[in-house]
Amino acid sequence: MSTQRRRAARWPVIVLVVAGLYFLLPMVASLEFSLRDVHNTHSFAAWGRLLSYPGLLDTLFTSLWVAFGTVALTLLLMVPTVSWVHLRRPKLKRFVEGISLLPLVIPPIVLVNGVLVVFQDAPEIVNGTPLILVFEYVILALPFTYRTLDAGLSAIPLATLVEAARGLGASWPVVLLRVVLPNIRTAVLGAALLNLALVMGEYTLSSILLMQTFPVWMVSTGRTDAGVSVAVSLLSLLIVFVLLFLLSIVSGRRTRELRPFTPSAS
Amino acid sequence: MTVTEAAPEAVKRAGTSVEFRGLRRSFGEVAALDGLDLAIAPGELVALLGPSGCGKTTALRVLAGLEQVDAGEVLVDGGDVTGVPANKRDMGMVFQSYSLFPNLAVRDNVAFGLRLRGVAAATRRRRAQELLELVGLDSHGHRYPHQLSGGQQQRVALARALAIEPRVLLLDEPLSALDAQVRTQLRDEIRRLQLRVGITTLFVTHDQEEALSIADRVGVMRSGRLEQCDTPAELYQRPATAFVAEFVGTMNHVPGVVAGQEVVVAGHRLTLAEPAGARDGQLVKVLLRPESVTLTAEADGQALVSDRSFRGAVTRVTATLPDGTTLLADLPSVTAADLQPGAQAAVRFAPQPVLLAEGE
Amino acid sequence: MTVSNTTTRTGAAGLSAAPARPTGRRWVARAAGLLGLLPFLAYTGLFLAAPVVMVVVGAFQDNDGAFTTDNVTTAVSDQYGRAFVTSIELSALTAVVGAVLGAVLAQAVLSRRPDGVLRKAVTSASGVLANFGGVQLAFAFIATLGSIGIVTKALAAVGLDIYQGGFTLFGFTGIAIVYIYFQVPLMLIVFTPALEGMREQWREAAENLGATRWQYWRHVAGPVLLPPFLASLLLLFANSLSAFATAEALTNGIIGLVPIQIGALVSGNVVADQQNLGKALGLGMVIVVGLVMAVYYRIQRRTARWLG
Repeated sequence: MSTQRRRAARWPVIVLVVAGLYFLLPMVASLEFSLRDVHNTHSFAAWGRLLSYPGLLDTLFTSLWVAFGTVALTLLLMVPTVSWVHLRRPKLKRFVEGISLLPLVIPPIVLVNGVLVVFQDAPEIVNGTPLILVFEYVILALPFTYRTLDAGLSAIPLATLVEAARGLGASWPVVLLRVVLPNIRTAVLGAALLNLALVMGEYTLSSILLMQTFPVWMVSTGRTDAGVSVAVSLLSLLIVFVLLFLLSIVSGRRTRELRPFTPSAS
Repeated sequence: MTVTEAAPEAVKRAGTSVEFRGLRRSFGEVAALDGLDLAIAPGELVALLGPSGCGKTTALRVLAGLEQVDAGEVLVDGGDVTGVPANKRDMGMVFQSYSLFPNLAVRDNVAFGLRLRGVAAATRRRRAQELLELVGLDSHGHRYPHQLSGGQQQRVALARALAIEPRVLLLDEPLSALDAQVRTQLRDEIRRLQLRVGITTLFVTHDQEEALSIADRVGVMRSGRLEQCDTPAELYQRPATAFVAEFVGTMNHVPGVVAGQEVVVAGHRLTLAEPAGARDGQLVKVLLRPESVTLTAEADGQALVSDRSFRGAVTRVTATLPDGTTLLADLPSVTAADLQPGAQAAVRFAPQPVLLAEGE
Repeated sequence: MTVSNTTTRTGAAGLSAAPARPTGRRWVARAAGLLGLLPFLAYTGLFLAAPVVMVVVGAFQDNDGAFTTDNVTTAVSDQYGRAFVTSIELSALTAVVGAVLGAVLAQAVLSRRPDGVLRKAVTSASGVLANFGGVQLAFAFIATLGSIGIVTKALAAVGLDIYQGGFTLFGFTGIAIVYIYFQVPLMLIVFTPALEGMREQWREAAENLGATRWQYWRHVAGPVLLPPFLASLLLLFANSLSAFATAEALTNGIIGLVPIQIGALVSGNVVADQQNLGKALGLGMVIVVGLVMAVYYRIQRRTARWLG
C-alpha cells in the first residue's frame, strides 16, 4: 500500500519534467533561431533590426488600437448585458450564454466569408479601416468574455449590492460604474486581457480582410526574414504569458481576501 | 466473506472487538496520533470526540486502513491488521459527505461491495433492496446520488457500508454536512440500526451533543491521545481532567484560593477532585457547572443579576460577582422568578468535588 | 446549429413561464423586459448572425444570385471532398493524441499545490498556447523543426536527416505536430475541471468496500471521467478543424485543408469568382463543427451533474 502511494507521487514529476521540456523546446529554439547570424555565428542582429524594421511599429500600433477598441466595445456591450441578465432575467442566462458561445461553432474563416458579403457596400470607414476588425473581434472574443464575466458576477452577491445602492439613491449608470464594476474588476481585467491577447494573435480575419495588422506583418515578413518574425513571435507570446500570469497571481490573492465575506463561508 | 440470504435480522452477528495499542502517526511536524490506546468491546458504539486536529479522524482512518501508522498496532478480534491493506479489511465506512459513486444508481452503489465479492446479480439486487428498506429508501433504488438530499445520500452510504457485512462500522462525521433537524433524526436512526444489527461501531465527531446522545462510551481526544473514555453520564458528571470538563458541557471559571485539599470560592469551601498542583493560598480558577450553582434573591447577596434567558424547565441566570467574574446558573424556572436583572443574589454551590482550570 | 436551437427554446420557455393571457399592458412590460438585451441582440445579429446567414444563402447561389446546388455538390467532390477528409483526419489525429497527452498532463499538474507558482504558470501558459498563438507557434516550429530548425540540425548532426527521410514541417505530419502543441494545452484547460471534480472519497470508499486500484478505475473513475473526456475530445476536434492561421503561415496556403481552401477561394487566389464555392465549404464546416459541438454540450450538461 505505502509503496504504491510513494510510486504514485513520483510519476507526476516525471510527466511534468518531460512536458516542460517539450513545451519549452520550441521557445528555446525560437530564441536560438532569432540570435543566428551569418556563418554559424550568433548575435543580436535580428533583435537589433527589429525596431527599424519597416512596418513593425505601424502594424503593432494598428493592432494595439484595434485591441483597445475591442476591449472597450466588449466591456461597453457585455458588462451591462451580463449584469442585466443576472439581475433582471436570470431565466435568459442560458439564452445569452448560447449566443455568446456560438462563435465556437463558427470557424473564423467562415465568419469572414459572410463579413465580406454583409459589409461590401458599407461606408469606407467601416470596411476600409480596421474598424471592422474591432466589430468582429468583439464577436470572436464573446465566448471568453461571457464566461469570465458570468463567473465574476456569480461570485458576488450582486442583487444585494445593487439593491443597497439603488436604495441609497444611485442611478443605474452610477450603480454599474461605481458598484458592479469595482466588484468584478478581476473578471473585467481578465476579459480585457483575453481580448487583448486574441487581437494580438488573430490572423484569419485580418489577412482575408487585407488589414495590415501585427500578425499579418509577421507572416509576410517571415517569408523574407524568418529571424525577425521568430524573434517577434517569441516576444509576443512571452508578453501575453506574463500578463496572464500576473493576472492569475492578482486574482488568486483577491479570492483569498474575499473568502471570509462570501455567503457560503458563513 | 459469506453473504446470507435471509432477512436483515440475519445481518446481526457476534460483534468484533477492536484494540488500538500505542498508535503513533505524524504528518511532518504535527503528531496526529501520539500514543493512542483504546479498546472497543464487541457490539459497542464508541464515539471519538475532540476539537479539530486532535487526531480522531486519523484514528478512524488507521482502523480503515486508509492511513498508515508510524508505530503501534491495530488488533481486530485479537488479530493484528496493521499491515492489511484497506480493501482487505472488511470495514464499512461512512464518509462525511459526497462519497456515493455518481455514475451508479442508488441500488448499484449499495451493491458495489457485493459485486466486488462476486455475489450473483439476483442475490445482490435482493440484498441491496433489503438494506435500502432498512434505511427507509427502498423506493429510491433507481435514482442517482445527485437526485437525493444530503440526508438521503448519507442513508444510502450507510446501507452501502452495511451491505458487505463489515466487521466494524466506521462513521467519519457522517452528520456534519446535514442541517440540524435531519441530523438529529438520522443520528437516532443510526443508533437504532446499530443496536439492531449489533455491529461494533467507531463514530468520530466534533459535536459533543451528538457523541453523548449516541454512544455507549465517549472517548475525548486531545493532541493525539485519549484524555478519557467513559459512558456519557460519567464523562459529564465526573470528568477526569479539566480539558474533558471544559470540552463537555458548559463550565463557569470562578476564582478561588487553595487551602489544602479544599478550595475557597466566594466564601464557600469546596473539595478538590484531585490533589491540587498548587500551593496553599494560591489563586486558581475553579470549574463549576451552571447546574451546580444556586442563586437566591437576597438584598445583601454578593452577586448582581445581569441577565436571564428562559429555556423551558430551567432558566439560565447570568450574574456578576464583586470581582467582576461572570457566573452562569441553571435554575428551575419556578424558583428563578424573582431573579430579575438588577437584583442582588446570594451564591451557593453543590457540594461536589471540583476541578481546577488548567494553566491558571 | 443545433446548439442555437436548443438555447432558443430554453429562452422561449423562460418567457412563457410568465402568467398566462397577457393583456396589452403586460405585452409592453414584457417587451420592456427584453429591452436590456436589445443592444446585445442587435450587435450579435449584425456582426454574427448576418454574416452566417449570408454564407448559408451564398452557398446556394450562383454568381448572378440565382438558386443552385452546384456549389454544394462541388464542395463535397474531388479536391474539396478530399480536403474534408484530410481536415477530418488531421483533426481526429490531433484531437486523440492531444486529449490523451493533455489528460495525463492535467492529472500530473493537479498533483501539485493548487496555489503554487507551477499551477499558475501552467494555467497561464496553456491559455496563451491554446487560444492565441496560431501564427506565433508556426514560427516557433519553423525555428524548431523547419529545414534549418534547431532539432532538425541536431538530428542531422547525429546522422539522422529527417528532411532526407521525407519529413517536412509543411506537410500533414508537420502540421499535426504543431497542432498537437496547442491541442494539449487546450485539453488541459477543458479537462482539468472534470479531474478536479473527482473526489478523494470515491477512491477511499471503493477501497473500503474491497476494490483494488484497477477495480476502482474500471467501475468508478473510468465511467465518471469517460463522458467529460469524450466531450473534451470533441472540442479539440472542432478546434483543430477550424484552425487556419498556423497552417496558412506554415504552408503559404498550399495544403489541402478545408479552411485553407476557403481562404484561397475567398481571396481569389486560385480561380476568380468562386466565392460562393467558398461559402458552400464554409457551410460544410459549420455543419460538421455544429454537430460535434452539439454532442459536446449534451455530454457536458449530463456530466455536470456528476462532477458539479
